[in-house]
Amino acid sequence: MENTFLGCGGGISGGISTVLREENNMAMSSEESSSYPDEAELELGLGLSLGGGGAKSKSKPPLPAVAAAGPWGQYARILTAKDFHSVVSTKESSSSSSSSSVTKTNNNPSCGVKRTAEPSSPPGRSGSSQVVGWPPIRTYRIQSLVNHAKSPMTEEITSALDKCKSNNTIVDKTNIGSNLNRNVAKEKGLLKKPSLFVKVNMDGIPIGRKVDLNAHRCYKTLSQTLDEMFKLSAAVGATRSNAEEQVVMTKPSRLMNVSSEFVLAYEDKEGDWMLVGDVPWEYVPSTSHYIFLTDSAPLWLVYVLAKSIKFIVFSSLF
Amino acid sequence: MDPKLKKTKNSSSNSANSPDSTHSSFPFPDEVLERVLSFLHSHKDRSSVSLVCKDWYNAERWTRTKLFIGNCYSVSPEIVARRFPRIKSVTLKGKPRFSDFNLVPQHWGADVHSWLVVFAKVYPFLEELRLKRMTLNDESLKFLATSFPGFKALSLLSCEGFSTDGLKAIATHCKNLTELDIQENGMDDLGGGWLSCFSENCSSLEVLNFASLNSEVSFDALEKLVRRCKSLRILKVNKSITLDQLQQLLVLAPQLIELGTGSFQQELTPLQYEGLGIAFSNCKNLQTLSGFWEDTSLHLPVLYAACPSLTFLNLSYATLRSGELAKIVAHSPNIRRLWVLDTVGDKGLEAVGSSCPFLEELRVFPADPFEQDLHHGVTEAGFLAVSHGCRKLHYVLYFCRQMTNAAVATIVQNCPDFTHFRLCIMNPGERDYLTNEPMDEAFGAVVKTCTNLQRLALSGLLTDLTFEYIGKYAKNLEALSVAFAGSSDGGMQCVLQGCPKLRKLEIRDCPFGNAALLSGIEKYETMRSLWMSACNVTMSACKLLAKEMPRLNVEVMRDEGSDESQADKVYIYRTVAGPRRDAPPFVVTL
Repeated sequence: MENTFLGCGGGISGGISTVLREENNMAMSSEESSSYPDEAELELGLGLSLGGGGAKSKSKPPLPAVAAAGPWGQYARILTAKDFHSVVSTKESSSSSSSSSVTKTNNNPSCGVKRTAEPSSPPGRSGSSQVVGWPPIRTYRIQSLVNHAKSPMTEEITSALDKCKSNNTIVDKTNIGSNLNRNVAKEKGLLKKPSLFVKVNMDGIPIGRKVDLNAHRCYKTLSQTLDEMFKLSAAVGATRSNAEEQVVMTKPSRLMNVSSEFVLAYEDKEGDWMLVGDVPWEYVPSTSHYIFLTDSAPLWLVYVLAKSIKFIVFSSLF
Repeated sequence: MDPKLKKTKNSSSNSANSPDSTHSSFPFPDEVLERVLSFLHSHKDRSSVSLVCKDWYNAERWTRTKLFIGNCYSVSPEIVARRFPRIKSVTLKGKPRFSDFNLVPQHWGADVHSWLVVFAKVYPFLEELRLKRMTLNDESLKFLATSFPGFKALSLLSCEGFSTDGLKAIATHCKNLTELDIQENGMDDLGGGWLSCFSENCSSLEVLNFASLNSEVSFDALEKLVRRCKSLRILKVNKSITLDQLQQLLVLAPQLIELGTGSFQQELTPLQYEGLGIAFSNCKNLQTLSGFWEDTSLHLPVLYAACPSLTFLNLSYATLRSGELAKIVAHSPNIRRLWVLDTVGDKGLEAVGSSCPFLEELRVFPADPFEQDLHHGVTEAGFLAVSHGCRKLHYVLYFCRQMTNAAVATIVQNCPDFTHFRLCIMNPGERDYLTNEPMDEAFGAVVKTCTNLQRLALSGLLTDLTFEYIGKYAKNLEALSVAFAGSSDGGMQCVLQGCPKLRKLEIRDCPFGNAALLSGIEKYETMRSLWMSACNVTMSACKLLAKEMPRLNVEVMRDEGSDESQADKVYIYRTVAGPRRDAPPFVVTL
């Protein structure tokens, strides 16, 4: 693949200091079973993702979550197609519901959004840092807002609602703390709105990039950004509403190489691989794992971890 | 005290050359006293009357027809039945208010069935039942429908456990139904068939509110119902009713006083549009408008003809922008109560300030309550604008993301008559965004200036100073809601010691502990209830409180996995009924 990474447009800016915070959080947040730290940890700064663990450490993460082994090792981890397979097959075997392997992503009948948080899901798992019962608005009104505009907040609200309903004995003291932390951050003139910075690593390149998922309103701009960063060209499955209408494929957003296409897939909380084009973009920052892959050579696999969102790009999947 | 009562007392003294008033038995037969007391309606007045002496207590209990029970566990159905033999109307409230926000686990209680069973025996002529935060199932509704032949009015707000099947029973069996008011309940909507269960003979409906049910109802059945119920004055339909259907209903019922629209989104032909406008303008008595589900901006002008007579406009489900709201309020100069979504922005509220000089109540709800972005919604500027233009404002519920102490101080200077001040700065612990200080001075200004304040809800970063202010100045405060506030036990102590009229105190996520809890040990019997969750209260303090105050129920709910000694959720209320017998396993009564 092209080693044009270093020549990409867009500087690598931002401080390193916040990266450290994020790193610790990544380590924490990678554990699936524990309650997720909330959005405080997502105030990630943009920084150089220096591969402290070595640029080409090919450790094999059996699960995406576990990929975040050590604080710095994740930066430069590179997954090969084999890793991806093992990831998928592991997920497939471990998940109870039918998951889609990469080959099936395009016509997986179970593609869709399963957004109801299971009763047993830990409290912090929903997309935003919800404090139970706050702001004090009646459930009926919240649900009306959800149905009303099919708003982007749907998933967070319904998952928050479900979480509230099933977990209302759990008081999110952590969230209070984090909310106050966020206020502290605000006071210090830091980010007003949480940015969801995601590291993007490309196979063969030791130094990664960062992308703010929250700065993008749709797949197109994300793919364009990544395109610029990595000189890819991408086609992204069109968003479709929750009503599960026809999926329409959009045209390739950029054209570096006509034959190079990628689709976004992700691994949701239940361990199922889902074609991400089904999901409106607004859900992206708050869903668990993402895989961004191409289905033809060159193949980019972008791999994102929940909450400490990290992209790993690699190639030659199939 | 009721002036009527005073007058009759004086006149009776004069006319009879009465013995001095210290005489314990009244010189008039009971029937006279009872006749006099039958004019008293307020339950608070009646409570006062019943405390005068034994004769008055008896006269009052024989003449009371309306029962109001603010906490269903404060008394038992049997006690009620013994005391009041002639009840026709019952209002029952159940769960603590924080249950609306999912702080109370499922199956907590407040089931109405045991009440209904007793009522069926003792009050066979019961006519009205109004429930708030109670649990009831379809069986109960069926029992209700079949046990009280004269049943007329059912109102359910924020209740749960039932479904539209229960409504079917009501519609089918209550031949004299005048009111069916179903609002914002946690119910199962299994379909709209219940509406078709009203018999062809039913023509007595005056109030029909099914706005919060989503299933489609038979328009044919609804149309026929509206046609034959000539006394219908409140009609609130649901989203399944389209605009042209609404128009047909309005033509049939121009006498409506309150209307809740259905879906406002339909594409109308010019003729339909005109017809709708005419229908609205023919509703000369319309005072309240609500509904407006979905994006409604398209057809708002049809309302303009009806707006001048409006006193209450509920747009809190309509994502209107500032311009759209501005146009509506420009046509509605007589508005007293206005509910909106914060999509109208500060600009929309400015328009309100300049168009609605008689505004008394404003509620601004958040369209995106979980969105962190500061650029959405309303700020202190909108509130300020309203306060400048609407000097009669006395009730406010305001959700915002930023506020300043100075703004609130100005607001209460403009509107010193606040009785209900509920400010929700949506991020917990948020400071004054300009000065970075806590919001103590804001609420200090509120309690200092608004001497009639009855209800206060706090938000933002608050230290004990806020509570010192409240304890010192809020002498008429009856209900206080606290979240994520305070620095120490002293805060809660100030309130408990300083607010003589306090009846309801609900606290969550505050650093108040045992000392604070126990400082109110004498006060809780004068209050309806105290709720404390996620504070620093331990079981030992609760046990002590329970031991010292046998007429209080001290109920504790513990969270999963928390320390044995922590009392995570505490609900304390006065009761004459003793510990409740239907407490689920997770509720421990000490």
